[in-house]
Amino acid sequence: MIDEELVQLLTPEGERVTHPDYASSLTGEQILSMYRDMVIVRRLCNESTSLQRQGQLALWAPIQGQEGAQIGAGRALAPMDFTFPTYREHGIAWCRGVPPENLLRLFRAVSNGGWDPQKYRHHVPTIVLGNQVLNAVGYAMGIQRDGADEAVLTFFGDGASSQGDVLEGFVWASSFNAPVVFFCQNNQFGISTPSSTQSKVPLYRRARGFGFPGVRVDGNDLLACYEVTKAALENARAGGGPTMIEAYTYRMGAHTTSDDPTRYRVDAEVEVWKHRDPIERIKALLVREYHTKPVAFDAINEEAEAFALKLRDDVLAMGRPDPLSMFDNVYAEPHPLIDEGRRDMAEIRASAGAN
Amino acid sequence: MATSTMTMAKALNEGLRRAMEANPKVLLMGEDIGKLGGVFRVTDGLQKDFGQDRVIDTPLAESAIVGTAVGLAIRGYRTVCEMQFDGFVFPAFDQIVSQVAKLHKRSDGIYTMGLVIRLPFQGGIGAIEHHSESPEAYFAHTPGLRVVSCSTPNDAYWMIQQAIESDDPIIFCEPKSRYWEKGEVDLENPPQGLYDAVVRRRGTDVTVVGYGSSVKTMLRAADAADAEGTSLEIIDLRGIAPIDFPTLVASVEKTGRLVVVQEAPRTASVSSEIVAELTERCFYSMRAPGIRVTGYHVPYPPARIEEDYRPTVDRVLDAVDRVMGYES
Repeated sequence: MIDEELVQLLTPEGERVTHPDYASSLTGEQILSMYRDMVIVRRLCNESTSLQRQGQLALWAPIQGQEGAQIGAGRALAPMDFTFPTYREHGIAWCRGVPPENLLRLFRAVSNGGWDPQKYRHHVPTIVLGNQVLNAVGYAMGIQRDGADEAVLTFFGDGASSQGDVLEGFVWASSFNAPVVFFCQNNQFGISTPSSTQSKVPLYRRARGFGFPGVRVDGNDLLACYEVTKAALENARAGGGPTMIEAYTYRMGAHTTSDDPTRYRVDAEVEVWKHRDPIERIKALLVREYHTKPVAFDAINEEAEAFALKLRDDVLAMGRPDPLSMFDNVYAEPHPLIDEGRRDMAEIRASAGAN
Repeated sequence: MATSTMTMAKALNEGLRRAMEANPKVLLMGEDIGKLGGVFRVTDGLQKDFGQDRVIDTPLAESAIVGTAVGLAIRGYRTVCEMQFDGFVFPAFDQIVSQVAKLHKRSDGIYTMGLVIRLPFQGGIGAIEHHSESPEAYFAHTPGLRVVSCSTPNDAYWMIQQAIESDDPIIFCEPKSRYWEKGEVDLENPPQGLYDAVVRRRGTDVTVVGYGSSVKTMLRAADAADAEGTSLEIIDLRGIAPIDFPTLVASVEKTGRLVVVQEAPRTASVSSEIVAELTERCFYSMRAPGIRVTGYHVPYPPARIEEDYRPTVDRVLDAVDRVMGYES
């Protein structure tokens, strides 16, 4: 199942392995910091699932199992790079500095976005599969025209890899040599559809046919995800054009809180992937190589608990938006139907005694 | 007053040139728009003068033309996308309605989607299937988008520049059967606002509203009606979304009768919207129901019989007779 070309720098047991093209450049301090990121993001994810189950979120899209891929990729970004996520890039949003409560505005159903995408250089969530890939390539074409030392990192999954927009994005990025890195998290399932239905060849091999390199990386190996993404972004910034990264991972949880994975996959498979947990293998490395003490892990866990409590408070404090706000920012310039709608709603609410 | 006589295609070309000179962030993107100058030559010579980075010949993928223009807009560029023909806009439909129309809202106003999608539309050129359609209603129906159509070289010259300057996304519908007709262009003074309807001919008995290629048909109908003693007021809609209803209301309150002309099929169309809205706003002024003269509810027919599909002078006059016939 795991391709021999898979880039891995750390085994599931937390032992380093060498690779001819990639070597880990991270210090123990950096690894511990990224371990903390992963723990907090997993805690965010668990808390969000609980909030959904308690009726406080409309939906949640879990990322358990994908923290290594996302924190690895997210920490490889330079500050001026721009990211184009799906609705599942919670780890990337965390790395970009998007306030976690803003991330949950979409799922709380109080916003269709949730943050200032220019401030955090992290595009708003894209729910229509693959649309963001073309938007990312266009942004990268803008970088080219500006002559800027920046790159774009865009995300999609094995499911969206069948979308025309993703494949058109490959063509354009290749034809225009755009500074964009395609980061595909192959988490094995598009809701219930196995990745084998999406592609008869390993996804990363598609890139070669489009004229740029594709790399398959162990998506549960933080160190490998970091180095592979960093190298691809550096290559893009240097004018080397696009790279596709297939982070081979596994969605440990459901597609969303509306999903029931027990209907389409077996427990034994999930058990296998549990042993490849991205957080546990970094913990093993930290203990073995850096002699990180239990007290350090305890402190991170405590921080994550406090984080979750605050997140819960922040979510519960999100009230119903002013209904009149639906008329804001539909257009940048005045529009008669917006004026009319706003006026009609205000009158109806006034006559109904609403505030 | 500096004026020049030119075709609508040339007027669009000059308008694009002027917009590109005024703002280095203006880009053109489309299939065959560079060396070839576009299948209608609207972008003729622009790549030579502005370079391949600003006049971009793209791979053949409409969703990508629009999808990358979205990314360029986020980066601060204003891209004019050329859809080669109306019937080829549908691969881009998803990007247009899911992203172009919604990103200003989804980003709480942070992004502006200042891009223009040029759409040669309507029939009348004897083309094969998918080259003669009128898809404007799909876009007019979508919140977040704006839709306009020019019918003269002067409007083409100015409206394309106004559209490029707009911070909102605009579907710019060009009546392809009019590309080669010449008209005078005032190179100094813009005629009016981008969405303003214009009374092309004053009249007293029936208000006739249309856009794009229909305007010429309506003007010819006005001549014919005049000979029979019926005075038609001809209004060129220009703004399809939003519609300039104050101008239409003023006219219908005067004439009491309304005919709306379009090439698109009738159901859930721009003409339906105009009739419904004017019925609501002008009910007590109207002496007859508003009548729509439109394409039929069939796929656009083979070109050998397209003139039986498109609104003709006779069909407009027939509608005029019907609205006139409501009074004894």
